[in-house]
Amino acid sequence: MKSKKLNINGKNYEVDAEDQTPLLWVIREQVGLTGTKFGCGIAQCGACSIHLNGALARSCVIPLSSIKSSDKITTIEGLSKDDSHPVQKAWLQVDVPQCGYCQSGQIMAASALLKRKARPTDQDIDEAMTNICRCGTYQRIRQAIHLASDLTNSPANKKLG
Amino acid sequence: MTTSRRDFLIKSSLVSGGLCLGLSLPFTANLALAAGTEDLASPIEMGAWVLIRPDNTCIVRIAKTEMGQGTLTGLAQLVAEELDCDWSHVKTEKVSPQENLKRKNAWGQMLTVGSFGIRFSQDYVRRGGAAARFMLLTAAADQWQVPLSELTVSKGIVTHQNSSRSTTYGKLAEAAARLTPPDPKSLILKEPKDWKIIGQPLNRLDTADKLNGSKSYGIDVNLPNMLNAAVMACPVFGGKVKSLDDSRALKMPGVKKVVRLDDYGFAVIASTWWRAKEALGAVLVQWDEGAAAQASDATIKAHLEDGLKTQTGLYEFRKNGNALDAIQGAVKKIEGTYYAPFLAHATMEPLNCTALVEADRAEVWVGTQDPEGALLAMSKQSGIAIEKCFLNRYDPGGGFGRRGRVSDYVTMAVSIAQQMPGTPIKMIWSREEDMTHGQYRPISMCKFTAGLDANHKVVGMHVRLSGQSIYAWRNPTANLKDYKDDFQLQGWFADPKSDQQLCYTLPNLLIEYAMRNSHVPVGTWRGVNVPQNSFYMECFIEEMARASGMDSVEFRRSLMPTQSRQLAMLNLAAEKGDWNKPLAKGKHRGIAQFMSYDTYSAATIELSLDKSGAVKIHRIVLALDCGYAVNPAQIEAQVQGSIVYGLSAALWGECTIQKGRVVQTNFHNYRVLKLAEMPKVETIIKPALKGSWGGIGEPTIAVVAPALVNALSNALGRPIRSLPLKNQKLV
Ligand code: FES
Ligand code: FES
Repeated sequence: MKSKKLNINGKNYEVDAEDQTPLLWVIREQVGLTGTKFGCGIAQCGACSIHLNGALARSCVIPLSSIKSSDKITTIEGLSKDDSHPVQKAWLQVDVPQCGYCQSGQIMAASALLKRKARPTDQDIDEAMTNICRCGTYQRIRQAIHLASDLTNSPANKKLG
Repeated sequence: MTTSRRDFLIKSSLVSGGLCLGLSLPFTANLALAAGTEDLASPIEMGAWVLIRPDNTCIVRIAKTEMGQGTLTGLAQLVAEELDCDWSHVKTEKVSPQENLKRKNAWGQMLTVGSFGIRFSQDYVRRGGAAARFMLLTAAADQWQVPLSELTVSKGIVTHQNSSRSTTYGKLAEAAARLTPPDPKSLILKEPKDWKIIGQPLNRLDTADKLNGSKSYGIDVNLPNMLNAAVMACPVFGGKVKSLDDSRALKMPGVKKVVRLDDYGFAVIASTWWRAKEALGAVLVQWDEGAAAQASDATIKAHLEDGLKTQTGLYEFRKNGNALDAIQGAVKKIEGTYYAPFLAHATMEPLNCTALVEADRAEVWVGTQDPEGALLAMSKQSGIAIEKCFLNRYDPGGGFGRRGRVSDYVTMAVSIAQQMPGTPIKMIWSREEDMTHGQYRPISMCKFTAGLDANHKVVGMHVRLSGQSIYAWRNPTANLKDYKDDFQLQGWFADPKSDQQLCYTLPNLLIEYAMRNSHVPVGTWRGVNVPQNSFYMECFIEEMARASGMDSVEFRRSLMPTQSRQLAMLNLAAEKGDWNKPLAKGKHRGIAQFMSYDTYSAATIELSLDKSGAVKIHRIVLALDCGYAVNPAQIEAQVQGSIVYGLSAALWGECTIQKGRVVQTNFHNYRVLKLAEMPKVETIIKPALKGSWGGIGEPTIAVVAPALVNALSNALGRPIRSLPLKNQKLV
């Protein structure tokens, strides 16, 4: 077993894990960041969603061997320092989570969508948000994504920013 | 870890002992210690339910399990209302079952199932808030030497108008804690018209740490020296390990040990869970699958069909008049046999439990709906006295009944930890294990026969339910000779005082139950038996309506008392769902109503169906009367959630049995609803009666499948009698 360098949320880590270990389990067990969740292990549910070099990815099916030390991994813990990401703010305001277990993944998926598309339509949201929520928070997720988009794009916000 | 925790308990009770009538303050202090943030000695207990900090923070203790349903916020609202504190100063903390045991059930039953959360504890938790308020006001009256009746309180500020003095709960807490708490029963609770916090659509109190990954679930537990376990039970329920060769697995990286799970399976213990899971596949195991390996959907269905025909071993649940004769003599006879399959819960967080067993004590870290039952299960499995068992509660990532009265996963974790004493072991079930070793919603079939007279009036109805019994599964040694299991007939009770009443008045009604058990474990799934029974009843009522030539709503009305709460909901769902307005071309509507868990619901569904049979649900209007609506915003969330859960089941949900095992293993073959398929849901909350407290987590799921199926059968002009719909030709 060889040790491997990872860059997660701007910090460097060195981990010992077998090549085929899914990135999800490396993040959870070796690095110790447990905000990224296990739901299915087969890329079906999205609970394990992260950003890999800025793009949305399901970490349960990414083997450690495919990660380069130059890759930038962002997990829910690294989305913002102080819960100030517009998606986090909108989620709080709309009161989205129920049990909360899927929400790290939902928030990572929503923030990736908004990065690609500042003003997503309902159809964009339908296409991008394929994560499972067994509690059924979908209606509020949709509402919160629109709000997050407003928070990011409103003229008032721009002035502040 | 555990030592420091115990040390800490002692310290904390020394520090605070004088302030709290000799009762220790373990959990706040515990959490504070864990977070490393709070002043450990500061929260002061005011009776069992409330703690006050000098900075005016009001901590409300929560005994029920919060698993997403919002009960934590609702319960805190109930306490805060009577306490008259500032809602922005409210925090909560969990009660531990061992503390509840020690204090002789000071917090009542912790079990959180059956939509109990608020409806069965509202009275005593409100009294808990009122008791704390009384103590704080008494302290102020003593301090100022004025009569208590001259004090007013608002948002935690106590004022004596006559002398223009005021003070805060934070300042009064220390003196108040020295007083003897009042008898809660002696306190007079507020009139609902005076409520300021109850009834408000407040945001949840437990959202912040769900947004940044900091909330710890059972699956996230990490302890010093902890190892991880992955498990495999015989895929055939009831099967056993015949032989097991772990030599290859033991050579794999990080693997420490392979242990037996009683006689039915094994666990690999390794440094990480992933390594444990990888090594599972390297264990060469031979199963003795037993006779159950012959069972399949076909054999189980044949058994149920026999239950539909049999003339013996029946439980006569309801009988008024003579249904069979009345149907015999009817002008028109209608008949239909319905079916609903086994279903898995598929909670988002797979089952898990961390356990540590030492020589004379055991400890677990777990998300459960039944903390007390889990504590008992620990004690039973480990043989360690219950006083030496400790349970650390985590909020489950979904429960839906799976983490309810059955603590199989706690027993399993303890049995693994027993085989490595002194080492904490986190057991996680893979999704595959979770889905194939569930406590499934019971399978059943239901045959209806009914007769109409020349005026299209119902003259009699015969209902024969044949299906598996949860009670029988859970109590294998129970004497069920007469097959009496009312629980399987939820939603069809006659008694108007029942919380599961059938709201139709039918002349000549006969309802019978044939208990037909299988080897598949069954349990409580959101709504328990209500979603199946409501699907059966409401879809057959629709068939009768069609046969009578009457409108679906009109027909239902004709069978309901004119003043009933249920009728009010039916009317509301019809009105807000535009029942009497013309439909756009290609669109279809369906309606259903049902009463369960003391809550009355009705829903209208609007959908379209394309030529290929693909269903698109456009809109759902759901009206409910749950009595007092403690938090309308959370009720709305539960309505949406139950619709998602109910639609997933109705459209795709089934656990089928082949060679004695469940075929579905993960979300690729147990499809559930996703965001793109989520219809627009309009929730209308309309209490029709004061003084009642209905459930919220489960009742509204009852109307989802029948309203959907009724809309589809309206579209197709023929009945649909079997779920899930993916197996039906919808063209
Ligand atoms: S755990 Fe990765 S998609 Fe489900
Ligand atoms: S909030 Fe519970 S699974 Fe999404």
